[in-house]
Amino acid sequence: MRKDPKRTAFLWLCVAPAVILFTIFMVIPTCNVFRLSLFQRSTFNPKETFVGLQNFQYLLQDAVFIRSMQNTLLLIVMVTLFTMSTALIFAGILTREKLKGQNFFRVVFYIPNILSVVVISGIFSAIYDVDKGLLNSLLNFFGQEGILWKGEQHVILSIIIAMVWQAIGYYMVMYMAAMSAVPHSMYESAGLDGADRFTQFFQITIPLIWTNIRTTLTFFIISTINMAFLFVSAMTGGGPNNASNVTLLYMYNQKNLGGGYGYAMAIGVALFLISFGLSALVNRVTRRGTLEY
Amino acid sequence: MKKIIPIALALVMLTGLFAGCAPANTGEEDVLKVAAIETAYGSEMWQRVCDAFTEQTGIQVELTTDKNLEDVISGPMQNGEYPDVVHLATGRPAGLTEQMIKQNGLHSLENVLSMTVPGESKKVSEKIAGGFTDTSLTDPYGDGKTYLAPMFYSPCGLFYNQKLFQAKGWTVPTTWDEMWALGDKAKAEGIALFTYPTAGYYDAFMFALMYSIGGAVFFDKATHYEPGIWDSAEAKILFSILDKLADYTHEKTPAQANNQDFTKNQLMVMQNEALFMPNGTWITSEMANAEATLTNDFAWGMTALPAVKAGGDGYSFCWFEQAWIPAGAENKEAAEQFVAFLYSDKACDIFANTQIKAEDGSTKKSNAIQPVLGVADKLEGENKLFFSIYDNGAKAAMGGFAAFKEIPGVDVSSVFFQPIDSLVAGTLTIEEYAANIKKASEQMRANLLS
Repeated sequence: MRKDPKRTAFLWLCVAPAVILFTIFMVIPTCNVFRLSLFQRSTFNPKETFVGLQNFQYLLQDAVFIRSMQNTLLLIVMVTLFTMSTALIFAGILTREKLKGQNFFRVVFYIPNILSVVVISGIFSAIYDVDKGLLNSLLNFFGQEGILWKGEQHVILSIIIAMVWQAIGYYMVMYMAAMSAVPHSMYESAGLDGADRFTQFFQITIPLIWTNIRTTLTFFIISTINMAFLFVSAMTGGGPNNASNVTLLYMYNQKNLGGGYGYAMAIGVALFLISFGLSALVNRVTRRGTLEY
Repeated sequence: MKKIIPIALALVMLTGLFAGCAPANTGEEDVLKVAAIETAYGSEMWQRVCDAFTEQTGIQVELTTDKNLEDVISGPMQNGEYPDVVHLATGRPAGLTEQMIKQNGLHSLENVLSMTVPGESKKVSEKIAGGFTDTSLTDPYGDGKTYLAPMFYSPCGLFYNQKLFQAKGWTVPTTWDEMWALGDKAKAEGIALFTYPTAGYYDAFMFALMYSIGGAVFFDKATHYEPGIWDSAEAKILFSILDKLADYTHEKTPAQANNQDFTKNQLMVMQNEALFMPNGTWITSEMANAEATLTNDFAWGMTALPAVKAGGDGYSFCWFEQAWIPAGAENKEAAEQFVAFLYSDKACDIFANTQIKAEDGSTKKSNAIQPVLGVADKLEGENKLFFSIYDNGAKAAMGGFAAFKEIPGVDVSSVFFQPIDSLVAGTLTIEEYAANIKKASEQMRANLLS
């Protein structure tokens, strides 16, 4: 291609706004996170003192940080597991089976996704109510004692349920889009070979949409970290006594109450490294040869 | 021509980027910037006080009020643009006031105290009620200087349903022994002795409890993390009461002790599921809507914390908010005048008697009571009952934990108050709780600001 300096200049001019915005709002703050994690700095005092890796040493001894990290990892694993399996099953049923009111179910499953987290936490506050809540009323009906859903023992389970409920619809729609691209003829020939529905699902559908599943796995890790912050802030504020605290919320609170900006950024770096490592690991473990059809 | 248009468009795009970078409108030099948090008292009274101040002194005021004031002012503050006067109490989740204390970011108010209130003949120090400027909340560094001006006070105590006590013929306990006896009686009827909205409400409760156990001496030592204080006889009484109270607390409490569900805990007192809860006078307006839906007889009652021994003192913690002048404020002189004006008769009247509209359309008084001598005498109704608690024998407990430098992972609430949830749930023993406090206290002492 002929290089026209005027054209090049024009192209630079066109991309300049995006590049400038990206640099100011993404590149610089991200670099700052790493830089600040080595400093001690208060929120409203610009004075920065270099402390090296001291913030990270504190992190390793901070029981609440460790607990919040455990909770975050537990949420990543459990929410991913339940959401993905349920979304896949529902997507399989809705694309492959002829059901009455298919579109209705599609809409119903998707609705939680468009509700704001505050609304969802309001709904679940009613569902988890100790006396009049939906779940405890059901338990009572079957002669069981009610559960303190937001008590220390069950609070993480309660958050997992709410997060799975919210996320299923979104991933279901993604998987449905992928599944509808799988040629019908494959199922027909498999059917002629005697493969039942389950075999078809595991031998045809899953392998053929594997690329989508891999992509969504990375989404899961990143979105669970972010969504957990929203859900926990709205539903429990990290309580009772940090039983439901997650790393992002802890980082946010430490900025104000505990160790200041530097320590909060160290938590951010730790979380970044762990989520990055986890994504890389998942990416590696799930690598398969692409199937062509 | 063809080329000029796209180039022009690209240039517009590029320059448009910087539209937001224009310097902020600095306005007139002499405008006093006041930022005040909007709470249940409403924001209308602040506008009226600012207008009255302008009328009195001729100084123009630019007022900012917001329910989440930190979100509005913290951005500019990080860039060094400070309001001249800030009304924002300690103890809020964002902890902005605490941050300013920790960073020595407050201007001393010694001048204000010796100033004459604008439009009056008395000095500010003569108007503020006794004790309010001697606490660690107003003198955070313990150097005898006032850095935070005490504002709107409210007695905190144990709230209960008066009608239930009348119906059962129970009397309000004056000692902890009577309290436990009442707890057993209530338990027999399926009522728990105690609940709390969130563990954070234990601050006022624990402070009053410290006072009633060992008076101001124990309180000061404990809140300044003195060596060995948590092994003292007083501390043992404190821990044993907290431990016993956890046993008498309604089992549902911790599961509802979060920002979303704390009103359910408050409702338990109104619906006779629990007898007492620690709270402040704002509870009546906070639960006004729920009160209308109650099916049982109900009237708010409030009592001080019981005494440890018969004949001992009962204490009620006096909660108050704070106003301060940032050290980085531009108009410090006008700011000092404004803070002094907050204690004028005119301002006190506006704070207490501004009509505010409730959600249901009805109007009520703002009832923000300044800690100025004689103001509480003019109150009416329920508020008169609450504010007269100190006239009825209870002593006032004031103060808080001494400020310390930032310690990663350690703050007052997570050490002293939040673990109460686990104590009640039975997942933490009182020995573990005490051991954690001892360990954290050492760190806090090593990092004390004063």
